[in-house]
Amino acid sequence: MTDPLLEVRNLRVAYPSAHGYSDALRGISFTLGREKLGIVGESGSGKSTAGRAIMRLLPAKARVTADVLRLSDVDLLAARESEMRDIRGGRVAMILQDPRYALNPLKTAGSQIMESYRIHTKASRAEARDRMLAMLEDVHIHNPGRVAGLYPHELSGGMGQRVMIAMMLIASPEIVIADEPTSALDVTVRGQILEILNERVEAQGAGLILISHDLPLVSDFCDRVLVMYGGQVMEELAARDLSRARHPYTVSLHASLPPLDHAVEELIVPEYDPSWLTETTNEHPKP
Amino acid sequence: MSIPSLEIKNLSISFGVGRSGVLAVDRANFRVGSGEAFGIIGESGSGKSTILRAITGLHDNYDGDVLIDGQMAPRPRNRDFFKTVQMVFQDPYSSLHPRRMIRATLMEPLEIYGLDRRDARIAQALSDVGLAPEYAYRYPHQLSGGQRQRVAVARALLLEPRILLLDEPTSALDVSVQAGVLNVLNALRRARGLTYVMVSHDLRVVAHMCSRIAVMTHGRIVEELSVEDLRAQRAEEPYTRTLIAASRAAVTAD
Amino acid sequence: MDAPATPARESLRDWLQAPTANSPRQARAQVVWRGWLRLISNRAALAGLVVLALLVALAAVGPWLTPYSALGQDLGTRLQPPSALHWLGTDDLGRDILTRILHGARITLMMALLVAAIAGPVGLAVGATAGYLGGWFDIVSMRLVDIFLSFPSLILALAFVAALGPGIENAVIAISLSAWPPIARLARAEALTVRKSDYIAAARLQGASSMRLILKHVMPICLPSVVVRVTLNMAGIILTAAGLGFLGLGAQPPSPEWGAMLASGRQFMLTSWWLAATPGAAIMLVSLSFNLLGDGLRDVLDPRND
Repeated sequence: MTDPLLEVRNLRVAYPSAHGYSDALRGISFTLGREKLGIVGESGSGKSTAGRAIMRLLPAKARVTADVLRLSDVDLLAARESEMRDIRGGRVAMILQDPRYALNPLKTAGSQIMESYRIHTKASRAEARDRMLAMLEDVHIHNPGRVAGLYPHELSGGMGQRVMIAMMLIASPEIVIADEPTSALDVTVRGQILEILNERVEAQGAGLILISHDLPLVSDFCDRVLVMYGGQVMEELAARDLSRARHPYTVSLHASLPPLDHAVEELIVPEYDPSWLTETTNEHPKP
Repeated sequence: MSIPSLEIKNLSISFGVGRSGVLAVDRANFRVGSGEAFGIIGESGSGKSTILRAITGLHDNYDGDVLIDGQMAPRPRNRDFFKTVQMVFQDPYSSLHPRRMIRATLMEPLEIYGLDRRDARIAQALSDVGLAPEYAYRYPHQLSGGQRQRVAVARALLLEPRILLLDEPTSALDVSVQAGVLNVLNALRRARGLTYVMVSHDLRVVAHMCSRIAVMTHGRIVEELSVEDLRAQRAEEPYTRTLIAASRAAVTAD
Repeated sequence: MDAPATPARESLRDWLQAPTANSPRQARAQVVWRGWLRLISNRAALAGLVVLALLVALAAVGPWLTPYSALGQDLGTRLQPPSALHWLGTDDLGRDILTRILHGARITLMMALLVAAIAGPVGLAVGATAGYLGGWFDIVSMRLVDIFLSFPSLILALAFVAALGPGIENAVIAISLSAWPPIARLARAEALTVRKSDYIAAARLQGASSMRLILKHVMPICLPSVVVRVTLNMAGIILTAAGLGFLGLGAQPPSPEWGAMLASGRQFMLTSWWLAATPGAAIMLVSLSFNLLGDGLRDVLDPRND
């Protein structure tokens, strides 16, 4: 087996609070190869914190520790901020939930994609423009020339997310972190966007981390799934085995979803067992 | 045939005037019987929430008729109307006044309508939605999203309306929290014989809650079908089929 | 030591810090308590608050603290520099400056508070109503505000005093007239952001009248920023009041109003600096305190901190 693209071991994130530190992530570990890894959890589970910790995008007051946080040859915890700037967008790209907020409203879609390319390569303007148009075509935009000249507010949600994908993948990153990339989109558009994302990631041989609250969506799309609760990984399993999940949290989360093909009288409301969290206290004093 | 609890006839709603106006709802028609749960499903911008706002009179610039028990709803809406029809909003983070104690929020309708036994009614309303009476002394920022939405349901039911309009009541909540809120809504409907009109983009939620479902796109109701037909994928319109297929795509693992 | 007092204080603290409230009174007290803790944890705000509290205390009891009269003249001791007898020296008529500053604090604080008490509520009411109702009321009131805002406030106050005649009461009226429009503007902007909000819509569906919506729903939202703005404006109000006094249009001599003291001290600036410097320093100190407090209040009252 080849070396993993990303290795995370015992990653912890804590924020200062009134009584010392309060944990957002409590020791999560995983590795990522050229595959699609899903991180599923509800709000407060720490799933987005994990993505941001890898990108080192957490606020300065957050205390981040890990035994290992390694991007193939780079120790992400020890990397200088200047190195991180090359890594962000260059080697690790991040796609956010709502393209309307993630894109600069004052610049056209095309110029933002070109800018993203030229930051990470030494390409000329003309070269970047060709690359940008080709990239827009790759994300199934039929007339790239026209869309390149549009401003973010002129794009529909689905179109905006395609532009976002083009912008993030144009520098050929090794890893793509997609944080709820389809939550702001209509159901009929979600499939197309995921399909495009899948296609591009496979074509470029990148690893993908899909962060989502949507258990069925993740299990459908990814190879492997981490189920998170309370800042810890409850269970890691192959996506196709999701219906055979063993952890009570995964099972109840799955069961709380209203079924589409048959009626149920009452939905199952998950109950949480404190013993799931191996570290029961959420706060600990400052060291 | 008995008179429907709520009937919408030829309802058209446009934003703006003249040529720049946008037709948000185009001649919508539906009837909802007493005690029935009716769903409207559509994607963002389909006009589904606008219909609810027109029914409540929050958007009162509409053409067509809104009938309650066969009677035209008064324009502007009066207090008798609000005693019959209430609404729960989509986002529980913005539908509760951030600086008012829950008790003050719940006290408001009781004061306006001069109802008696106010503290007892508030305690009862909170317990109906599964909250302890002490929640009356909290402020919205001290509650979770699910608890806020329960408070919003309690507020809507304090005036004992017969018709409850639900505008995507769980779309801002986690699925595990959604399950609890939907259970509360279903239990209340059964216990009180309430009539629901629920708007959502989530086919699963609408199928779970409603017996009849209208499908909206681009301001028009393109199809109305029973939940059984929906579950069995017996839809006529191509758009409905696309919608069902997209919602089912992720269900194959079941 | 004081064994009975300690448990009572402990239980009050517990009552205020309890994670959940059990009565409306406790819930409200907890909100005030948390705001207070946040306010005093902000050093600048605390400094402003302490100086102002001290000033209010001095204004209240000050006249009994000094053996001199604020108005009684003693030409034998005129223009004496600061000394053990006269801590801040004496003025050209032999009056003790410290005594006059303390008396003047009453006048200054009273004027500032009166202006705040008039301009704050008027601005809040006009702005909240205009923002919520929109329509002709909004147009008319905001054009009026525009007219007021198109003059510098000191010039406007000067014009009003010129029309009303000099004196403290008229100065208060004149400053209030020039102080309410910016507050109305601010309140209107806040009201505009909430008029379309779901909680206002929800209250309308409960049958709430426009009056009720403005008073109970819109105004509480506008109130924090108005309080902050009024506090920050206090500095400007004090400066305007002093400016009017300086120009001889506010408090009249021999009143120990700080602006008037500054004006009469001006001619001795080169020989007896303390005549003008002390009231000037007092004006600066109070203005600064109000600004610091206002900044602190902004941090405390901003709902994003909840």
